[in-house]
Amino acid sequence: MEGSSAEAALSVSANSIRITDVTQDGDVLTFAIASQKLNSSAGVCVFRMYEDFDWLQQSLFSEENLPGLQGIIFPPLPSKALPSQSNTQTKALKQLGFLALGQDWQSYCKALEFYLQQVAAHPTLCKCKALDSFLINSESPGKQRGRKGIFNRLSQAVEEMRKESHKDVDNFFQNERNKNTNLAASSKVATEKLLDVVMTEQKLAVACGHFATSLHLCVNQDDAAAVAFSKVCLKLSDVIEAVKRNYEKVASNNLSTLGLGLDLESRYQESEKEMLFRRTCKLIELETVKKGTEKAKANKREVMEAFQKAVEKEFNLISSVAKQEIERFHSSRVKVLKTFLIGWCELQLNTAKEFAELYSQHLEACRNMYSE
Amino acid sequence: MSEERGSSAQTEEDEDLFVSAMESPEAARLSAEDLSPSSNGPRDDDPDDLFAEATEEVSLDSPERQPILSDGPSPAITPVSISPRVDVFDRSPDLDEEEEENRDTFDIQISVSDPEKVGDGMNAFMIYKVTTKTSLSIFSRDEVCVKRRFSDFLGLHSKLASKYMHMGFIVPPAPEKSIVGMTKVKVGKEDLSSVEFVEKRRSALERYLLRTVKHPALLKDPDVLQFLESSELPRAVSTQALSGAGILRMVNKAADAVNKMTIKMNESDAWFEEKQQQFENLDVQLRKLHVSVESLVCHRKELSVNTALFAKSAAMLGNSEDHTALSRALSQLAEVEEKIEQLHQEQANADFYLISELLGDYVRLITAVRGVFDQRMKAWGKWQDAQLMLQRKREAEAKLQYASKPEKLQQARDEIREWEGKVQQGERDFEQISRNIRREVGQFEKERVKDFRVVIMKYLESLVHSQQQLIKYWEAFLPEAKAIA
Repeated sequence: MEGSSAEAALSVSANSIRITDVTQDGDVLTFAIASQKLNSSAGVCVFRMYEDFDWLQQSLFSEENLPGLQGIIFPPLPSKALPSQSNTQTKALKQLGFLALGQDWQSYCKALEFYLQQVAAHPTLCKCKALDSFLINSESPGKQRGRKGIFNRLSQAVEEMRKESHKDVDNFFQNERNKNTNLAASSKVATEKLLDVVMTEQKLAVACGHFATSLHLCVNQDDAAAVAFSKVCLKLSDVIEAVKRNYEKVASNNLSTLGLGLDLESRYQESEKEMLFRRTCKLIELETVKKGTEKAKANKREVMEAFQKAVEKEFNLISSVAKQEIERFHSSRVKVLKTFLIGWCELQLNTAKEFAELYSQHLEACRNMYSE
Repeated sequence: MSEERGSSAQTEEDEDLFVSAMESPEAARLSAEDLSPSSNGPRDDDPDDLFAEATEEVSLDSPERQPILSDGPSPAITPVSISPRVDVFDRSPDLDEEEEENRDTFDIQISVSDPEKVGDGMNAFMIYKVTTKTSLSIFSRDEVCVKRRFSDFLGLHSKLASKYMHMGFIVPPAPEKSIVGMTKVKVGKEDLSSVEFVEKRRSALERYLLRTVKHPALLKDPDVLQFLESSELPRAVSTQALSGAGILRMVNKAADAVNKMTIKMNESDAWFEEKQQQFENLDVQLRKLHVSVESLVCHRKELSVNTALFAKSAAMLGNSEDHTALSRALSQLAEVEEKIEQLHQEQANADFYLISELLGDYVRLITAVRGVFDQRMKAWGKWQDAQLMLQRKREAEAKLQYASKPEKLQQARDEIREWEGKVQQGERDFEQISRNIRREVGQFEKERVKDFRVVIMKYLESLVHSQQQLIKYWEAFLPEAKAIA
């Protein structure tokens, strides 16, 4: 699967790719991307904007001399973030889901980072020049307007939907398409529901903050009785502040692990769906050509048969690439989800321990104070 | 008089109130000075008219109105020899302290439980079991169970308010009525909101009784004893009287009326002015806090709902999943989330029943406290009135000295003596109510601190418990996640 124009594989280590910083200038986000050169201890740092990521993705889509390209499950690129909009929260949430949350675009950067790492780790895609130049060239590649990719996102036209449910000739693929349909739907829903949970946790934290502040306003030093009551109010205020921090932490844990994980899974399922759809379309094309060949008059027949052979060859290539991709995808997604689930559980466990300790201390302090 | 209040039903309840108020001699004395139209008294003059109007509108708890004795029995009048007012008024300061101590160690437990629906349709009502466990000697048994309905509680409160508020006692307010809540229950909806409503009410009734018996005078009150012990209780006739909203209305009217008085009260005691200001501020603050915490409860409930939805979606994801270990882990995840939903629900209840209801109770209590301050203003006004009247009588007598009407002169002199007595009584009452209020407020402030402390501790205990549960759930889940191969 070596492209003739390809140099050796990527010159940096896939695991070392990091997005180290992001700056916002009005509408535009600029990302600082650092990576480690493979053959030396030197590091590279470049600055990129979303257009550059888009350019990279389009370049990958339109890579020449990669037979069976359509069988590849492309790492999904997150949508473009639009920072300064009037109805920021709601629009951003609709567009980016989990990636819109978190301080200073942290989740979004993490998702872009995953994207780059996955492209770099892909046995075929890592060899694309575009990736190397993206990661190394100080000049931003987005300035060169490359060709638009040969395929775009799945459109929702009725025509497409019909094609999507076209019966397959291969059981393996039929099963995979069915499973993918289910998983794509379930993971999307799970991501949305978790997002709702995180939003509510954040709202709860804010409400706690308000309550804690209001308690502070009850402080009154006029006489001994007022002082005693004020102390009690302040104590309650401290407790509620702790509850607020608790929920902020829980929400952030959810966001940075399970939230990101489900989001990634959901987008990857979509990507697989697109690949399977491309193959299905090829299948339909093949079947159409076959029918055409059968009906062809003798003089056209040879040409048609040659054409059919070509399409068949393409289809088989796509199918064989697809099979490998599917297997690779299955094993890697399980690993990824496992990592996220473990991370999530450990973070939440630590938070629970931390706050159990804090609440216990408060309780102990109250018991001592109030028994006097 | 009743035109001004527009509800004839109100007259009935006044009868109830007065019948119990009439029990004590001092009440009888005060009622003699009533400002009904039939007297020749102060009604003729403008400021007094306004004052009288104020009395009118707040006379639900004031024995100053012309009592219309009904034949309806108030069992509280039956030969119970305890006259609480004598006890309370004539105590020496030493006794005061002793009673304060006893208040801290008093041994009585009251629970309100087992709500039961009786009847059908719009005539249905809930019956609650009231259980009293105590070793105090004023009770006839160690443990008593009675059945009471909501209007019985309101009836008890209205009696206590009528007897004690004008003496400056802070009578704990009864729980609020709720037409919407009760209608749902009557109509027979067995849904979550009616169940919650009944539980909320049960809890409020229990807190109401506990607060009431904490007050040493109220604890000994025959109406309270009868409420707790007697198996049969005559139906409280019309209980619109003194729900929390009712008290607030009454207090506001009294405040308005007092403000209308052209005679401004000369506050000789700065303590009262300061305290009144404090309570006004506290009222505002507590209301804000209450709103704040209700928002908290709301979000907590929303979190519970969303967690449940997420749990379901995670379960579905687990079902769609082919990989065995991952599928199992996802199902476990769904279970953990379901358990967490339960924790959120419990925590929302803690938020509500501990903090929100506490704040709500205190908003209502502060209203009762402010009512008592207004009663003191009224007492002062009465005293001033009496002084004014005395002066007039003296002037009238002076004039009569030069006319030759010996009977009229004698009558004038009699009236002077009468009003001298009233002036003295007015002054005594005013000083008495002032003393009572000081004591009551002091006790109230102590109780308040105690109440809040107890709530904070209970709340912290619930928080600690939740966190410990969470730790268990996460520790159980971790190996499942790690087992994914």
